[in-house]
Amino acid sequence: MVYIIAVLSVVFLALAALVVSRMSTVVSKVNEPSPDEEIGTSNRINGALFMVFLILGLIGIVWSYLHAQQYFLPEASSPHGRRTDFLFWLSMGIIMVAFIVTNIMLFYFPWRYQYNPNRRAAYYPENHKLELIWTVIPAVIMAIMVFTGWRAWRDIMAEAPADAQVFEIVGKQFNWIVRYPGVDDNKLGAFNYKLINSNNDTGIDYTDPASFDDFTSTTELHIPVNKPILLKIRARDVLHSVFIPHMRVKMDAVPGMPTRFWFVADKTTDEMRNMTGNQEFGYEIACTEVCGRGHFSMRLRLIVEDEASWQAWCKEQKPLLSSYPELATRIPLNLKAKAAKYLPADAVETSTDSTVAASQPGGISIARSTVR
Amino acid sequence: METVSSNPATVAHVVEHDHHEHQSFWRKYVFSEDHKTIAKQYLISGIIWSVIGISLSVIFRLQLGFPTMKMDFLRPILGNWIDATGKLDPDFYLAMVTMHGTIMVFFVLTAGLSGTFSNFLIPLQIGARDMASGFLNMLSYWFFFVASAVMLFSMFIETGPAAGGWVVYPPLSALPQVHPGSQLGMTLWLSSMALFIVSQLLGGINYITTVINLRTRGMSFSKLPLTIWAFFLTAILGLISFPVLLSAALLLIFDRSFGTSFYLSEIYIGQTGEALPNVGGSPILFQHLFWFLGHPEVYIVLLPALGMTSEIIATNSRKPIFGYRAMIASMMGIAFLAFIVWGHHMFVTGMNPFLGSIFMFLTLIIAVPSAVKAFNYITTLWRGNIRFTPAMLFSIGLVSFFISGGLTGLILGNSALDIQLHDTYFVVAHFHLVMGAASAFGLLAGVYHWFPKMFGRMMNDKLGYIHFWLTFVGIYLVFFPMHYIGIAGFPRRYYAFTSYDFTKNIFADMNSFISLAAIFTFTAQWVFVGNFVYSLFRGKKAPQNPWKSNTLEWTTPINPGHGNWPGEIPAVYRWPYDYSKPGAKDDFIPQNVPYSQTPESNLPHENELIGLEHEIEAQNLNDQFKQPH
Repeated sequence: MVYIIAVLSVVFLALAALVVSRMSTVVSKVNEPSPDEEIGTSNRINGALFMVFLILGLIGIVWSYLHAQQYFLPEASSPHGRRTDFLFWLSMGIIMVAFIVTNIMLFYFPWRYQYNPNRRAAYYPENHKLELIWTVIPAVIMAIMVFTGWRAWRDIMAEAPADAQVFEIVGKQFNWIVRYPGVDDNKLGAFNYKLINSNNDTGIDYTDPASFDDFTSTTELHIPVNKPILLKIRARDVLHSVFIPHMRVKMDAVPGMPTRFWFVADKTTDEMRNMTGNQEFGYEIACTEVCGRGHFSMRLRLIVEDEASWQAWCKEQKPLLSSYPELATRIPLNLKAKAAKYLPADAVETSTDSTVAASQPGGISIARSTVR
Repeated sequence: METVSSNPATVAHVVEHDHHEHQSFWRKYVFSEDHKTIAKQYLISGIIWSVIGISLSVIFRLQLGFPTMKMDFLRPILGNWIDATGKLDPDFYLAMVTMHGTIMVFFVLTAGLSGTFSNFLIPLQIGARDMASGFLNMLSYWFFFVASAVMLFSMFIETGPAAGGWVVYPPLSALPQVHPGSQLGMTLWLSSMALFIVSQLLGGINYITTVINLRTRGMSFSKLPLTIWAFFLTAILGLISFPVLLSAALLLIFDRSFGTSFYLSEIYIGQTGEALPNVGGSPILFQHLFWFLGHPEVYIVLLPALGMTSEIIATNSRKPIFGYRAMIASMMGIAFLAFIVWGHHMFVTGMNPFLGSIFMFLTLIIAVPSAVKAFNYITTLWRGNIRFTPAMLFSIGLVSFFISGGLTGLILGNSALDIQLHDTYFVVAHFHLVMGAASAFGLLAGVYHWFPKMFGRMMNDKLGYIHFWLTFVGIYLVFFPMHYIGIAGFPRRYYAFTSYDFTKNIFADMNSFISLAAIFTFTAQWVFVGNFVYSLFRGKKAPQNPWKSNTLEWTTPINPGHGNWPGEIPAVYRWPYDYSKPGAKDDFIPQNVPYSQTPESNLPHENELIGLEHEIEAQNLNDQFKQPH
């Protein structure tokens, strides 16, 4: 590639040099032609070039479209995604018609009506009927596009169904952390950003018993197929944005303001592998809000599987509390018994003895709890 | 106007005036209060900035097009931003993206375009001696100059310039710990922008005051060239929206330096870092404030270009602009709607979805006046007698970009479709065509068209043609394929596309192609720079009215001096688009020709206006040279 660039830059430099040398010859002829004579050959060439550009441009558009088409809008794996895809191609069709018609007029007229000393331009300053026509027609088309788009938007952004499976996804520099609601209560516990440390990277608040069975992952999000999924999205440090290209999902992760997006994935990873013929295929979650140096590599794998194997997978996971028993220090005394099953036996004893159990490490007081 | 005598007699005045013209070099060329000199200062600054801004894009296009390239050859310029293995630093990649955006949007297309042509054309086309306040005008340029100096300086500091994208969303931009670009670079960015906004406000107040108060005799609003309408509306847009950006920037400065929490809430930095005490702020607030300027900014950049294009297309089609009143109405419509559509930049930021619906409705309404404008341009060409001056070519190119880029706006303005396309290359392609390339073409068209008035010499036509065709083809080659990459879901502001399966093995060739096209287009701009510099000194001497145009600037001497017209300012009797009027001898009738002199071409209602001519001539309110001070 470097060589191609080198060669091309040499070519460009040569062209530039050529132009500069031409400049002196052109400029030396300055005195001869009067402006009116200049309107002649150059004018005809420029007029014709518009037609050449139009034709080559149309060919280029068709050719490049056919070439690039295979990569457009990767296979949608969510019902709402297929709906927006349809609207996208519908809108694209409408604007392509407008694009081609207007550009044909725009390039044809200069060629057709180029300067001719024997002709005079038409004095045609206004026509209210025409103005009305091309105000109303775009307005009507626009109204249709807005209406279909608005209905799709309203449905996509509606409240998630009550039976939606909830996950939490937390953005940080430079990876995603997923928190699962746990197999026992299937409920996300409260969190507080002041509780974040290297063991508790989403700031789970263990004063809430719903937290006890929550577990986290920084590499994979496993979700069940054909079931509404509600992503509760937040960020730890700066803005991030959850982007799941195949699901047509995108929503910013905002520190201090949890956001959400719900969708249904209706093709498992395996189904997609068979469909695309690519055995390596995997869904991915990316970041689309610039967040710093590692913005381009915040990859999180998304695995869509049938409900049974998803359940089975979740059961294999270890709650965060079991991995880091020291987190139990925050558990209030009355809930210790409930938490016991997640803790190794010795850890329970030490923490019940502890007198600082109910107080904060470092003495930070939590101003408000942020249960979501 | 300290050079102006209080003697009311014009003749005596001119003598006096000539006598006073021996200003020092500094007052004449540097700290000048003359609108023409200030316009040239803006133009030269704008050209320098555009070279810097586009060069940055070429460097990061190298990274995007040829991710494995060894960039050691750039080390003399970029120093340690190229690491030991010859790779570009990812932080500096973001810094270049940010600087490219900031420079092109604010320093080139706002200051360079509006600053140059509003300053140059408003007094000349409305028939004024100068701006309402020459001093504020000078101040405006020098605030811009200081802003430029600060911004330029920020590119050379150790931690690099601001690097959070040109939108500088907090918390990334607010927390120096999270990004090197958010350290001193961001402080300088904010300082520079604050100065820039002051400059814009000083300029804007001046443009508005001048257009309202200093129009010459007979120059009613309904006789103003569309250029002036565009500059006037642009100035109003800027005056209302820039202060909001200033407040956004000030609050960000407070958050950065004084521990406030306007934009910060519940933040924990780093792996084993610290929880910040800030609670209750909202990063979304910044986005609202930013886009309240940011969206009108698109039109601040575009409207002057559209205004100049109207003038240039009408002149060179030898036809009146089609639908003069509809053009004004659609510009007013666009200017008004510009303030209530900002939310379409924020559909997926967590803003209330209901608000998203509202902004989608409002956004798509803006397509209607835009469509009217596009159709009016095309109809102006229809049955014209078209001369392809370089300015005309660039104007036609502008209309093409305006249509192509504007149409994809219908897709992005649709919130349901924006979910997938937001922050992908589809957006990049869209706004580069409709706002970047279209406005840049307006700037270039303006330079080619008014160069004779600015410098008294002609630019070379042939080089102009070459420049146009290379640039026009080049820009389409860059941005048309970019839509494809966006439709495939490639996110913007990515240093590389190697981390994801969905971007890994596709479109590498397309990205290389776009980069080559970008280098090609950039190279073509040197034809312009060469032509500009050469013509400045050696260009053919300009005739009085090289394009046979109707507007007042061509009634001034070829090299207008201080005060623009040596004697009386001409009065205006007709609209600026009397081209190819049936019955008229020439195919143009300048605005200062009274109807009484053109009985052969007058329309019935115009004959009635002959009686008013004495009234117009009797007015003499606005000549600054005739007013005591």
